[in-house]
Amino acid sequence: MTEEPDFLGQDSDGGSEEVVLTPAELIERLEQAWMNEKFAPELLESKPEIVECVMEQLEHMEENVRRAKREDLKVSIHQMEMERIRYVLSSYLRCRLMKIEKFFPHVLEKEKTRRDGEPSSLSPEELAFTREFMANTETYLKNVALKHMPPNLQKVDLFRAVPKPDLDSYVFLRVRERQENILVEPDTDEQGDYVIDLEKGSQHLIRYKTIAPLVASGAVQLI
Amino acid sequence: MLRKGGQSRSGASSPGQGSVLLSGTAAALARALGASANGNPQEDGLRQVLEEMKALYEQNQSDVNEAKSGGRSDLIPTIKFRHCSLLRNRRCTVAYLYDRLLRIRALRWEYGSILPNALRFHMSAEEMEWFNNYKKSLATYMRSLGGREGLDITQDMKPPKSLYIERQGLTVSTGMNLTIIAVISNSWAEAIHLSLVRCLKDYGEFEVDDGTSVLLKKNSQHFLPRWKCEQLIRQGVLEHILS
Repeated sequence: MTEEPDFLGQDSDGGSEEVVLTPAELIERLEQAWMNEKFAPELLESKPEIVECVMEQLEHMEENVRRAKREDLKVSIHQMEMERIRYVLSSYLRCRLMKIEKFFPHVLEKEKTRRDGEPSSLSPEELAFTREFMANTETYLKNVALKHMPPNLQKVDLFRAVPKPDLDSYVFLRVRERQENILVEPDTDEQGDYVIDLEKGSQHLIRYKTIAPLVASGAVQLI
Repeated sequence: MLRKGGQSRSGASSPGQGSVLLSGTAAALARALGASANGNPQEDGLRQVLEEMKALYEQNQSDVNEAKSGGRSDLIPTIKFRHCSLLRNRRCTVAYLYDRLLRIRALRWEYGSILPNALRFHMSAEEMEWFNNYKKSLATYMRSLGGREGLDITQDMKPPKSLYIERQGLTVSTGMNLTIIAVISNSWAEAIHLSLVRCLKDYGEFEVDDGTSVLLKKNSQHFLPRWKCEQLIRQGVLEHILS
């Protein structure tokens, strides 16, 4: 993914409140978030700033394309770039929706028990979507089956019925910032806990639970 | 999601009664999930399971009363067994219904907001209502993305990867010409935004990017922006010719 070619007179920065990002950096952030989301077993922190900025970027590009018509080559290249960005963004959001739908009671519970100041895994719109999904499904099950069942069985606790994300699943990662003294709990009881260091640039296959906080902080990248 | 019922552990008879095939129907329901992709909702099967549950519950109620007042503690194992059957029936039923919902959900992503009639036929009224609520919820979410009209994330399902075909000076006469030109173009430009598609059925007017519209008649061929025709390709109206 290259930077915006200059000749269309593009001058934008997809900046958030604190940091000013070049378009290239923004897209890199998007791709990182996308890959992390794809390979993590649970729903990760929501990144509304990235989504907003990328959408802005796409709108910018569309404007420029519309203005600079008929110059086929530049237009084609920009349209191709737009398609690619749109694909990555859509794929990222789809991945999140899929996880939301798959783990909806747990996602909602996590949001309910979240403390103020802790980052949320759901954007406000995703939260609304999740609540609607839960209500829709509960209503359906109640009307079609549960209300016809014996009185003591009419409540199904979806939180217990729907499986949780498997945080013990293994993931591949690349280390971006050196980490020391990561405590690893082995699978079998015979081995004791041991401690490892993660060198910058190294790649590992490790249980997700061990490094979950490092994904959130950006110290490692799932691949 | 809720794990399927698995093999039937039925066939046991409760003491003092004729043999009752417990949970057999429920397990059959769950097994029906594996069989058909989008069959009709097994309304009969569902009803049978619910009736069986009612019967089991009533038997249990009377036995519980007997056990308490008549001191018949020998009935307790049977009561427990029936309760387990009830729980299992509920689990199979809910698993079956939920799995159907997941398949219906997949239909929204495959076919778009409007389902082909053949599929609608296989859905119960409540399932249809669930589907409508789901697609409304999804639409609200998609519209909220970004500043303006939102982003339709049911598009762009595949990474862009088609051939670049020069728009001007190309006469579309036979497939042969196109192959040659495509091979030449491909070698220097991987950039793509147009696909060659053939129309499989009469569709009518279709608007493209610059405001012009194209008449999609059966067997006509067009160069169309790839992302615009994705959904039509999925619905079977257009067919991608070169890829």
